Amino acid sequence: MNAIDIQSLSKRFGRVQALDAVSFSVGKGELFGLIGPDGAGKTTLFRLLTTLLTPNSGTASVDGFDIVNDYLSIRSRVGYMPGRFSLYPDLTVEENLDFFAALFGVRARESYDLVAPIYKQIEPFRKRRAGKLSGGMKQKLALSCALIHRPSVLFLDEPTTGVDAVSRSEFWDMLASLQQKGITILVSTPYMDEASRCDRIALCNEGHILGIDTPNDIVRRFDAPLYAVRASNMYALLSAARRIEGVAECYPFGEVHHLVTDRGFDPSRFLGQLNELDDLSIEPVVPTIEDIFIKWMKR
Amino acid sequence: MRTFKVLLRKEFLQIRRNSFLPRLIVAFPVLIMLIMPLIMTMDVRNVNVAVVDLDHSATSRRIASHIRASEYLSFTVATSDFQLAMKHLEKGTVDAIVEIPSGFERDMAAARPERISITANAVNATKGSMGMQYLVQTISRTLSELKAEKSPVGAAELITVQNRFNPTLNYRHYMIPALMIILFILICGFLPALSIVGEKESGTIEQINVTPVSRFTFTLAKLLPYWLIGLFVLTVAMCLAWAVYGLTPEGAVGSIYLGAILFILTISGFSLTIANYSETMQQTMFVMFFFIMIFMLMSGLLTPIDSMPAWARKITVVLPPRYFVEILRSVYLKGATLAELWSNYLALGIFATLFNTLAAVTYKKQA
Repeated sequence: MNAIDIQSLSKRFGRVQALDAVSFSVGKGELFGLIGPDGAGKTTLFRLLTTLLTPNSGTASVDGFDIVNDYLSIRSRVGYMPGRFSLYPDLTVEENLDFFAALFGVRARESYDLVAPIYKQIEPFRKRRAGKLSGGMKQKLALSCALIHRPSVLFLDEPTTGVDAVSRSEFWDMLASLQQKGITILVSTPYMDEASRCDRIALCNEGHILGIDTPNDIVRRFDAPLYAVRASNMYALLSAARRIEGVAECYPFGEVHHLVTDRGFDPSRFLGQLNELDDLSIEPVVPTIEDIFIKWMKR
Repeated sequence: MRTFKVLLRKEFLQIRRNSFLPRLIVAFPVLIMLIMPLIMTMDVRNVNVAVVDLDHSATSRRIASHIRASEYLSFTVATSDFQLAMKHLEKGTVDAIVEIPSGFERDMAAARPERISITANAVNATKGSMGMQYLVQTISRTLSELKAEKSPVGAAELITVQNRFNPTLNYRHYMIPALMIILFILICGFLPALSIVGEKESGTIEQINVTPVSRFTFTLAKLLPYWLIGLFVLTVAMCLAWAVYGLTPEGAVGSIYLGAILFILTISGFSLTIANYSETMQQTMFVMFFFIMIFMLMSGLLTPIDSMPAWARKITVVLPPRYFVEILRSVYLKGATLAELWSNYLALGIFATLFNTLAAVTYKKQA
């Protein structure tokens, strides 16, 4: 049985179709990533799966329980960490943890072994009010509180948004160790670079799933030659390159522009056609998740 | 049960940690009970009087000295020029002019006197009419005194007036129960709504909603502290009314508390319903404020319902504070009993059930 099963789930807010017939499933013990920009419907999906919303159509089950009919059973076996810090800022670290443990009918001590690797890092500040913690510490506390009742499925909505690079990396290490303990994790992130830390990822945009695969296989599905081009005048390069025959697409990608071309594209001919640009260079590159995302998004 | 205790403990912890709430809860009733009764008075005092004495007789001097002695009137201007007094009235330094015509004493003896005229500034209608009455009373007392001196038999007093239940016609005694109700509306009406909407704003309610805690438990734990605070505030207010103004309930204290509990349930259920429909504290504040204005002005708190137009009286039937005002005033001033006021208790009971059911129905854990 899958930990999460979603069958053509749709949710509409007024005129906005937040989720449009989304279907996928997440296996037990899997670390599954939802990758997509703001407005892709990630949070809506989380709120549906954690029973905070009811769908307009379609069905979904978490841990074998239907999100509409068995919502009470789901609530006691999932952990949810919303994108926004939503613990009580006027309670201390310790009080927050004890409070959420009590709401699930457990004692914080009983789950200590599970939360310890995370909670130990903020334990020195256990008498501090949660509102006065730094961003990274808040996130660790929120994760501890989401884990305190030993959930079988953990929902993390953009846990690393607004967190520094070092803490982000640490956070993914923590998720990996939780996965070792058999917890299924569904995590969303707008950062494409974090996708490689997941077992499988789903790329989503505007309420649709563009594709699902492992991080390695998903980039293999990029079926066109890809080049990185640069010149001293990057803007002129962008508009000029788009006019060259054989260039399917050209878009800014960090310090370079990525060039998606037809099969018969000849880089040296490209250099010759744009010789009026200074310091022009072109080299083939391996596609990243962002490339495949941009490609699928335009499809 | 353990969940409920934990939720309750958290609620009290949050109230205590709040930098403002504990102070408000203690200071608010004290301030309202100590200061407001002194300010909210309809007694008219310091009516400035100008006496235009054209008679210059013993009688006119007697009238002037009585005006001077009155604690409500203050003798400001003595002149024999009516136009001058009129100028004072226009400037506002004088509220009323008493003109004693020349030859008044002589004519009075002949039993065909020219009339004393009183001119009053009635911009403030209450002050104008009340001040006028005081003046008339003072002058007629003087005149009857004079008559009595002349014929020892005296004119028998034809009318006796007795003010039952508030013998000194003390406006404060009328206002104090109303102030207690204002305290209730503000503390048990505003605070729980703000507390719930606060959780919506901070997102913590989401975190609670994904736990197995039922909405009933959560809401009850939210309200109970404010119910207790409301009763605490009532007790403080009653103690202050006794200690400072010597006002104690004529009737049973128990019937006050029973009414208070029903009213607290009503108003907190009402505020919960508003909280369920609001997303931000600002929204809650404005909507609550709208209703509180109506409650304050139309429930007979400040002005008697009986003197409202008929259509307005019909509206007051659906205003819960109206019934509590009735209970509190009747028990406090008349010593009314539960049996006499049963219809008011029943009305409050119905409102409490209605609003709390409404609050329960409109509260959604899912959207």
